[in-house]
Amino acid sequence: MAFNGYQRDDDTIDEDETPKKQPRSNQEMPGSVRNEPRSEADAPAGAATSERRTSNATTRHRIDSVKKTRPPFPWFGMDIGGTLVKLVYFEPKDITAEEEQEEVENLKSIRRYLTSNIAYGKTGIRDVHLELQDLTLCGRTGNLHFIRFPTHDLPAFLQMGRSKHFSSLHTTLCATGGGAYKFEGDFRTMADLELHKLDELDCLVRGVLYIDSVVSRGSSECYYFENPTDPDHCIQRPYALENPYPLLLVNIGSGVSILAVYSESNYKRVTGTSLGGGTFLGLCCLLTGCSTFEEALEMASNGESTHVDKLVRDIYGGDYEKFGLPGWAVASSFGNMMFKDKRESVSKEDLARAMLVTITNNIGSITRMCALNENIERVVFVGNFLRVNTLSMKLLAYAMDYWSKGQLKALFMRHEGYFGAVGALLELLHPS
Amino acid sequence: MAECGRVDSSTSSHTMDKSITLPPDEIFRNLENAKRFAIDIGGSLTKLAYYSTVQHKVAKVRSFDHSTKEAPSDKLYEISVQEEVTARLHFIKFENAYIETCLDFIKDHLVNTETKVIKATGGGAHKFKELIERKLGLKVDKEDEMTCLIKGCNFVLRNIPHEAFVYAKHADSEFRFQTTHPDIFPYLLVNIGSGVSIVKVESEDKFERIGGSSIGGGTFWGLGALLTKTKRFDELLQLASKGQHTSVDMLVKDIYGGSYGSLGLTGDLIASSFGKSATADKEFSKEDMAKSLLHMISNDIGQLACLYAKLHNLSRVYFGGFFIRGHPVTMHTITYSINFFTKGEVQALFLRHEGYLGAIGAFLKGAEEDNPNQYSWGENYAGSSGLMSVSPDMYPMQRARSGTFDMLEMDRLERQLVNLPLLQDPSSYIPDTVDLTEDAQAREYWLYCFEEALDGVVKRAVASQPDLPEAAERAEKFRQKYRHKLQTLRYQPFAYGSLTVRSLLDTREHCLNEFNFPDPYSKVKQRENDMALKYYQKAVNSLEKLSWEERQFALVRGVLAGNVFDWGAKAVSDVLESDPEFGFEEAKKQLEERPWLIDSYDQWLERLKGPPHRCALFFVDNSGMDIILGVMPFVRELLSRGTEVVLASNSGPALNDVTNGELQILTERIAAMDPVIQAGLKEDRLTLVQSGSSSPCLDLSRLDKVLAMVVRERKTDLVIIEGMGRAIHTNYYAMLRCESLKMAVIKNSWLADRLGGKLFSVVFKYELPAAKADQDSAVLPPV
Repeated sequence: MAFNGYQRDDDTIDEDETPKKQPRSNQEMPGSVRNEPRSEADAPAGAATSERRTSNATTRHRIDSVKKTRPPFPWFGMDIGGTLVKLVYFEPKDITAEEEQEEVENLKSIRRYLTSNIAYGKTGIRDVHLELQDLTLCGRTGNLHFIRFPTHDLPAFLQMGRSKHFSSLHTTLCATGGGAYKFEGDFRTMADLELHKLDELDCLVRGVLYIDSVVSRGSSECYYFENPTDPDHCIQRPYALENPYPLLLVNIGSGVSILAVYSESNYKRVTGTSLGGGTFLGLCCLLTGCSTFEEALEMASNGESTHVDKLVRDIYGGDYEKFGLPGWAVASSFGNMMFKDKRESVSKEDLARAMLVTITNNIGSITRMCALNENIERVVFVGNFLRVNTLSMKLLAYAMDYWSKGQLKALFMRHEGYFGAVGALLELLHPS
Repeated sequence: MAECGRVDSSTSSHTMDKSITLPPDEIFRNLENAKRFAIDIGGSLTKLAYYSTVQHKVAKVRSFDHSTKEAPSDKLYEISVQEEVTARLHFIKFENAYIETCLDFIKDHLVNTETKVIKATGGGAHKFKELIERKLGLKVDKEDEMTCLIKGCNFVLRNIPHEAFVYAKHADSEFRFQTTHPDIFPYLLVNIGSGVSIVKVESEDKFERIGGSSIGGGTFWGLGALLTKTKRFDELLQLASKGQHTSVDMLVKDIYGGSYGSLGLTGDLIASSFGKSATADKEFSKEDMAKSLLHMISNDIGQLACLYAKLHNLSRVYFGGFFIRGHPVTMHTITYSINFFTKGEVQALFLRHEGYLGAIGAFLKGAEEDNPNQYSWGENYAGSSGLMSVSPDMYPMQRARSGTFDMLEMDRLERQLVNLPLLQDPSSYIPDTVDLTEDAQAREYWLYCFEEALDGVVKRAVASQPDLPEAAERAEKFRQKYRHKLQTLRYQPFAYGSLTVRSLLDTREHCLNEFNFPDPYSKVKQRENDMALKYYQKAVNSLEKLSWEERQFALVRGVLAGNVFDWGAKAVSDVLESDPEFGFEEAKKQLEERPWLIDSYDQWLERLKGPPHRCALFFVDNSGMDIILGVMPFVRELLSRGTEVVLASNSGPALNDVTNGELQILTERIAAMDPVIQAGLKEDRLTLVQSGSSSPCLDLSRLDKVLAMVVRERKTDLVIIEGMGRAIHTNYYAMLRCESLKMAVIKNSWLADRLGGKLFSVVFKYELPAAKADQDSAVLPPV
């Protein structure tokens, strides 16, 4: 076990690359910080390492040429999803007096508007707690802001862009997500803006890897739950996502995409499911009359899913021992709702909780099957479904651990839903 | 007081129960002799299984002892109708709401006292345990649900041809039945009950639950009931079938404005189920929500099934459980999902009797000492409801008739059935020439044809039992039953697997048996056999006078002329009814002159000039002229050439086909006149075997095990199949590993037309095995 493939791979990196260009390899004591044992037969490891080397070389090249190609402010990255628009905005803090003077009024007003508010209009919100300060991007230092608003309010956003004469700034607006395609015409006609459209999965992968690399110190970007199967001792812990490849990246937005990532540029979409965050919210709205994700989650946190779901013990009186199914496992989601009396006795909170559990567990089992089929042991869950949704995260952590008998590890990222937008911003700064 | 109250309530519930009347002659049949009960109680349906013996009238023939004077007439043999006891499995499916009524009914009709235990399975078994024990006085013995399911699944796959099918909503025939592969393992069973279980089955006793999901039928039902305020599962499915999911689901094009090209995701794919309902200010129709829910659940199950199939490298995936249960809507969505996720690599398979698997399995667990797996079983078409019998949108009339009761009856066959060892490829062998499920025009014709012939069959049935005054009443019941089957098949041609001329004929035989008309043609056969025997000597003598080459042709003509005597063919029966003088010579005149419609006589003659065959297996057809004046002289010639002959005849009666019992007697009588036949019998070069079938057609994949053994032992190198039923309706395209000869006269103008011939056209098809002749027949035996 001591002589595993990873040690050798890491040695190779150290020989090849100058350590200072590799902040994370630098910190790394080869092989020592690995959290889980790896089988020697884990073939993709070698391939992933070599690809990673390539990406580092690319980064170095980019830094050299960056000053010449640095785009004018403002720097935005946008991800227009089925439900939410995610916007990242880089606020330069190293503006010189000279620059301050040159800065056109429109740009100034946008900067002030975005940075002095935490809410925009009725529905726009800046996630202040996610703000990344003193970030160096393209040789500029500043703060990265994370803003979101519902996709159905995009017209209002475009209206604002128009009234603030955004188009006069001659900026390229890098946008990803389906909405970049769907609303391309609206951007043009309503706000006189040309979108630079980007593939959402490219952006997602790039965003995840970037954010993880810049937020590696201090408050870790990536975390996991220790003792996931023991509710009393289940604690959130930082996780150093070193040697990230191969990893399964599960993006839970309105729907779900599952990617197997072997390097920054080498990934594939394994599968997806239409049972995602949109399903949770959509069904909650229909079942409980709520209208926001926060409301739905609030209800879920006060509900009891076992009133709604039929458990193994409801059918077998206990465990289904023959097949190793514990009595507490859900045998049929919403199975109790087949009966009139039970339908009449459940609360909205119970229904919301059951909905959350159903959707989450289903994502868990599809993910687990993909991990088995792809032979990958680490799973990173991202996407806005997990925003303020510790319930689901703990459930996923539990499900991965329990059903794989400890083989699979569920990881989470603090900037849950913003990676696509970050990836779009990176494309603006370092066109690939 | 408490005691009083209890009695009161039980009385009142008793009264209430009786308000639901069960038609006893249709449901819970043969309860008097029932034993070995098993029950599978699901979330909404109860499936009851029991073994029973059925007293059946069977026609027996018995040779008169000609040495004594008791022979009352000059008749060859006597026909007696005897009571025979056969084993039958009964399976009844009904809604849980009826469970108490049904238990009372069973108690009232159960005479047998031997039974002490009832095997029980299913999620609801423990809930009703007390009720069952109290009502029936039987001890409930619980069996594991999954074990029962798998046992049942193996049983139906092994015993019911056309059990599995592929569902294709938009194809000409929605149901494409699969030929059962001789080796049924390994397979994946995805059982969609309230939840989903995914089981890998590797052998009779080895299976493993490799996974599952909580999103199943219960989720559809439970969530559906909440969303639409519709209580019943069926109604929810009906709602779903009328809805548009696109108003509720967020599609790829709703997000992208079109397709997501780089991933090959088309715009119409669902990106987020219920993604459009995340709003407080919009109303959605029940139908649309139900449809969206159905898609969501079906897709999810299909996806998981594919992931498991891929991980375990399995390509045969059967779906079952109440979510599927013959519902076209769910079969379609599951099929769609499987096709989508595996890009066509895996086919979703469904089972005609999947609703009964648990009950069958529980029953088999309880009957292990009887070794039910040692026998072959056959689906009784008369007593079985058929696929989708209770589907309201398919055929409302039937639902009204038998309420929500669905039945399956299986007869234990006397003999174990196996493949003919000479089939070239048992896994691709399809007995039937035309699949009427797919060929609408042919279906139309044959259904009409069988309906037209019904009066004649009824008349014949009554006439066969002149001493029984209630025969007319029974015959009328038969008429109703069979007519109803025909009507059902008009709407649901897939009810009993692929619809074929064979299945129509078999269904009629089953219905006749059901009403105790075991052999309506017994007297006709007897008369014709008597008559034909009188001409045997003369026929043989005249053949003897011919030159060798003339004789070979005359023998073939004889078989063909004999084959004209077929009461199953309307064109012939009309003639035979009206002209009792119609004889062998008249029949010869009807025959088409050479060249025949299919004519490989020259090749056959050439072959005969060569060395004799080692052993010929001859599947015979009709009684009378056919067997006696056509087949027997032909057999005689084969024997004279040094070829051993195995005569295979039906085990039980069908139309005027000669049965094994009759043939035994006939052969003895012929042997008494003919030293060649006599010697053949004596030297064991002429053997009579039963085919294991009681059908006018022939399924070479379900033949008597003894026949197969004899065929192997004798190193059979020639198979002769005679008659329209066995050589045209079935086996016309059958490929064998040895030489074969298919001979028939087409006695149906529609069929003749289809084949490009005319009435009384001749099919004479002599074939060599497709591949290089196998070693057995290549090495010719010394004469």
